[in-house]
Amino acid sequence: MVEVKNICKSFEGRPVLNNINARFQTGKTNLIIGQSGSGKTVLLKSIIGLLRPESGQVLYDGTDILSLRKRELDMLRRKTGMLFQGAALFDSMTVLENVMFPLQMISTDSYSQKKKRAEFCLDRVNLTDAEHLYPSEISGGMMKRAGIARAIALNPQYLLCDEPNSGLDPKTSLLIDDLISDITKEYNMTTIINTHDMNSVLNIGETIIFIREGILEWQGSSKEIMTSGNQALNDFVFASDAFRQIRELRTSH
Amino acid sequence: MRNALHRLGQYTLLMSKTWTTPTKWSMFLRQLLREIYKLGADSLWIVIIISLFIGTVIAIQISLNISSDLIPKFTIGYTTREIILLEFSSSIMCLILAGKVGSNIASEIGTMRVTEQIDAMEIMGVNSANFLILPKITGLMLFIPVLVVFSMFLGILGGIGASYADINGMTPASFIYGLQFYFNAYYITYSIIKSVVYAFIISSIASYFGYHVHGGALEVGKASTNSVVMSSVMILLADVILTHIMLT
Ligand SMILES: Nc1ncnc2c1ncn2[C@@H]1O[C@H](COP(=O)(O)OP(=O)(O)O)[C@@H](O)[C@H]1O
Ligand SMILES: [Mg+2]
Repeated sequence: MVEVKNICKSFEGRPVLNNINARFQTGKTNLIIGQSGSGKTVLLKSIIGLLRPESGQVLYDGTDILSLRKRELDMLRRKTGMLFQGAALFDSMTVLENVMFPLQMISTDSYSQKKKRAEFCLDRVNLTDAEHLYPSEISGGMMKRAGIARAIALNPQYLLCDEPNSGLDPKTSLLIDDLISDITKEYNMTTIINTHDMNSVLNIGETIIFIREGILEWQGSSKEIMTSGNQALNDFVFASDAFRQIRELRTSH
Repeated sequence: MRNALHRLGQYTLLMSKTWTTPTKWSMFLRQLLREIYKLGADSLWIVIIISLFIGTVIAIQISLNISSDLIPKFTIGYTTREIILLEFSSSIMCLILAGKVGSNIASEIGTMRVTEQIDAMEIMGVNSANFLILPKITGLMLFIPVLVVFSMFLGILGGIGASYADINGMTPASFIYGLQFYFNAYYITYSIIKSVVYAFIISSIASYFGYHVHGGALEVGKASTNSVVMSSVMILLADVILTHIMLT
């Protein structure tokens, strides 16, 4: 379980996160939703320690990462995988080399074991055919899948995904969502996903927190989101007619 | 002024993060070879063309300017050699490389920064500065001196070529005599030492500007230009200081 307590973060005096408290549960897909610019990425980066909040705690199964020394933080990060918004694949390396990279840098296994592990991960995301291609030669959906393969290479306990289906078509989005959700169950990971895609919310959202202008506005499950009376949440979630109709269908039974 | 101090502090911190023992030597060596290869591929042609032409032009211009019979013709070869060995092949060549190689390094690292590739390394528990920057700095410090010595040969070769043009009575024989006249091997050492320092300046400053980019493609472009300006100024400054220390 990952828990954030009283997180505050500002840039040049401008508050971006204001006293966020939330729990992200093990074996579940935990969603952070909110409009663009609401502070989702900043929260995710604070959770993984790429940004340092001014105050608060980030507890990984009880360990506060903000109090860790560099070395201990590195050790914890090896148990954490992250999928970045643009996939952040190393563009000088092939897909296979990308997935091998964390293994090469961290693992003490033999080369053939590392290669086997990388190939296993690529197979898991159905990308074996593309392993010798460079990131510039593959589609956005394939990049995301390669990013997932790289994130799970070291067998992490925690998986963080920043807008895993931004820039993807609806069908590919669904595929990526399902992949993340399946992997979460398979390895019993604590998965935290940033998204503003309502399809994902209904599809894989198990626990959901809604952030608006850096303030935690609402939290609950995907069932509760349908019946919530929170005005800001409803304005965000049911901005489109389609989702309003889905709510009516679901709540009428 | 405060901004300058802030940048100096950031630069120092980045260098201390860079100069640590690589976690995986095999990966470091692979990166180092890659950097040297890239540097060679990037700059070999520039070095060849510029050195040959400038060597030729220096010899021609000196011979045009020495028309008096009182000055022996071998002075042309002698002066050409001094200019190339002392200043051209080290300082001028490195100013040119700062433009070519330095901007490449800054934009490569800057792009990795804005596309979150550096963040991706950091969250794996990898020291990104050590992995990305150390091979670049050591690669340049090892290979730029080689390019500089190569440039010396080519510059002088260009001068010899010019001496065949028979301008103002310059002959190949007098030129080559001039090349050997009062030859001081220490000048080559001096130039090589300068070039090692320049290589460090180019690679570390370009890496610094790339590593600290915020924003997008536009900022990467700006960082790359700024790094060239900054490293050129630093090269000139280092030139004055090193010349003062080593030659006076
Ligand atoms: N490094 C930074 N420096 C200054 N401001 C930042 C930085 N990162 C994010 N911000 C600001 O924080 C706010 C939230 O950004 P972000 O978390 O990226 O939003 P999103 O919810 O779309 O992911 C934005 O207004 C953004 O401009
Ligand atoms: Mg974001």
